[in-house]
Formats: sequence, C-alpha cells, structure tokens
Amino acid sequence: MNALFELLLRSVFLDNLALSFFLGMCTFLAVSKRVDTAFGVGLAMMFVQTVTVPVNNLIYHQLLAPGALAWAGLGEVDLSFLRLIAFIGVIAAMVQVLEMILEFHLPRLHRAMGIFLPLITVNCAILGGSLFMVERSYGFTESVVFGFGSGLGWALAIVMFAAIRERLKYADIPQGLQGLGINFIVAGLMSLGFMAFAGLG
Amino acid sequence: MQDSNWRILTRPLIDDNPLTLQILGICSALAVTTSLDTALLMGLVVVCVLGLGSALVSLMRHQIPHSVRIIVQITVIATLVIVVDQLLQAYAFELSKRLSVFVGLIITNCIVLGRAEGFAMHNGVVASALDGIGNGLGYAFILILVGALREFLGKGSLLNMQILIPTSQGGGFEPLQLMLLPPSAFFIIGGIIWLIRRKRPQQVEEPEFSLRVKDRRAR
Repeated sequence: MNALFELLLRSVFLDNLALSFFLGMCTFLAVSKRVDTAFGVGLAMMFVQTVTVPVNNLIYHQLLAPGALAWAGLGEVDLSFLRLIAFIGVIAAMVQVLEMILEFHLPRLHRAMGIFLPLITVNCAILGGSLFMVERSYGFTESVVFGFGSGLGWALAIVMFAAIRERLKYADIPQGLQGLGINFIVAGLMSLGFMAFAGLG
Repeated sequence: MQDSNWRILTRPLIDDNPLTLQILGICSALAVTTSLDTALLMGLVVVCVLGLGSALVSLMRHQIPHSVRIIVQITVIATLVIVVDQLLQAYAFELSKRLSVFVGLIITNCIVLGRAEGFAMHNGVVASALDGIGNGLGYAFILILVGALREFLGKGSLLNMQILIPTSQGGGFEPLQLMLLPPSAFFIIGGIIWLIRRKRPQQVEEPEFSLRVKDRRAR
C-alpha cells in the first residue's frame, strides 16, 4: 500500500509528465490561454489516462509480450514490436467509447471537456504514459495508480500554467520574448519548482 | 522549379521552423537533449521518418478516402517508426536505451502528422519529400543546438569527449548541474526563440493588450 502511495506521489509531482518529461507539450502550450479551457483539457486527460494505461497494460501482458500467447500454443511468438500500433489503436478506440458513454450518462461533464476529448488521441502524454508503463514493467494495480497519477499531474500543471499566463497578459515583456518565448521560460520556472518535490520521496 | 524546391527545403530551417514558430513537436524534442549524441540520433531519425512519411502519404494521396485519411496517415507513420525502432535496437542498442520511449513517441509527434496533413496531401511526391526533410532538418537543428549547449555546459564535453576539465578532476571548470535537468531545456529554447525573433521581427506575436505609454514610463 505504501509503495502504491509513493508511486502516486511520484507520478503526480516528481515525474510530472508535462514538466519533467515534456510530454503533451503541444497541447500544454496551445490550449492554456484561459483557466477554464485548461481545466477541461486537464479533466479529459486525467480521464483518458486513467482508462487507457490499465487497458494497454492488459493488452500488452495478455497478447503482445514475449510468451504471452502460450495459451494458444504459440509460446515462442513475440509480438512486442506491435505495441506502438496496438496502443494507438486502443487509445483512439477508448477515446471514442469514452466520449459516447460520457455523452449519454454524464452530459455535463462531457460538455466541460468539450472538443478536447478527440484532440487527446494524438497527445503524446497518453501514448507516453502507456510506453512508460511497459518500460518500467508496472503490474495491473500499479498501472491504474500510475495512469491516474500522471493524468492528475498533467492536469495540475496545465491549470497552474494557464493561471500564470492569464496574469502574464498584463506584464511588460521584451518584444522578442512575447508569446511563445516567455511561455517557455514560465514553463521552465514551473518545472524548476516541481523539481523541488524530489525531497518528498 | 529548382529554386522553389530549394525554398521548400530551406524555409523550415529558420524562417518557418517547426519548433520555434509552428509550435509543433516540442514534446519529444526536449527530453532527448541532455547530450549531443542522443540529440543527433533523434534528429536523424526524425528527418528519415518525416521525409519518407511525407513522400509515402503524398504517393497515396489520390487513393486515400477523405474520411479515413488521418487513420491512414497514422498507420503509415507508425509503420515507419516501428521499422526505425527495430533498426535502432538492432544496431545501436545503447543509444536506443537512452532514447527510451521517445522514438516511439515520434508517432504522436505533431510535426509528422502536421506535415502529412498540411502539405503532403496536396503536393507532389518530390516536393513533399523535400518539405518533410526540410522540416526534419529544422527540428534537428534546434535539437542539436540545445543538445550541444546542455552537454557542454553541464558536463564540459561534446559527443562524450571531455573538452573542459571539471574541478573534481583538478581542472578549472565547474559543471552546471542545472543544465542536465529538465528546466534548462525550456530556458534554452525560450532564449533561442528570443534570438530568432530579434533577427526576424515579423515573427513576433502581437500582444493581446498594449500598455499605455505613460504606464510604461512609470516603470
């Protein structure tokens, strides 16, 4: 239990996908102009990440990993090179299913996430989460915790970033740095702040 | 014709750089730049995948039904990336371990899909291939610059060859630990964007609000 809690803290703060692995940066910079849109994307990201990482974990260990097909008499088959294509397929399918379920059962939440759900299919943080899960060989429970934690961390980062950007509009910034340049520097400072969580472990 | 092809190839280097102006593909760019060799390899891989991917998508552009074009493009790109990933694991295992998941992440790198969708779907094979290679080179250029800076300031070496001797070995160079940590990549890219926009003022973004002159003076 303790180890799981530590993994959760780690994936939210220290191993933050956006600020220490630079994943999902395109979305991070593009849709962080306002806090409420940032909140929508963050929510969508958290949702999709919590679902896709465990599902990909099951698919990888039951179908693709070396020796996983032993139950079908194909013990020596190693399909792990297919994981990239399989994961992308799973993510696209899961996003589609999630969208339908949410639209039907939780229309208010669906409206809050808006157009961001489909957009998230091509977000590298989602695929990155699944690939990290394989690389660090997480089990099923761990992958649930990691999926939720990393999604939460990403959401936290983008909401904070958007809040800073809203204030930044009123700042007097040198001409060449306006827009993208200052955003990078702000993200760098935030990343520096998140590094300080290293003491938590 | 010669001239325009040359423009297609060179424009993305500085004038229309995918990283600093189009905000594409930043995701995988920063994590692999702690040293020059990984940055070089990543740049090379992206140039290959982009050039080949754009050419292939452009070849098939009349056959792809409009409604499923994204899926077809992703499949083409994913296939190329898998081939590259397997090649790297076979011939450069050490480096591929250090690149970890970031080779796989080229699939969701927005540059590749962006160029396939934005350019290759409407242009001929040669132009698309050149556009892909040009964008790849523009991306690699920034990557190499950042990688070289971070390795040089962080370890005092380039391509693992020690140039400045650190104080721990009796030299006069104090390595900047910050350069090996993620935040420095953000700062360096921010600085590069600033430099480019000083030279190319037309890239500067319009501010959403402008301060009154009086307020400016008051500071």
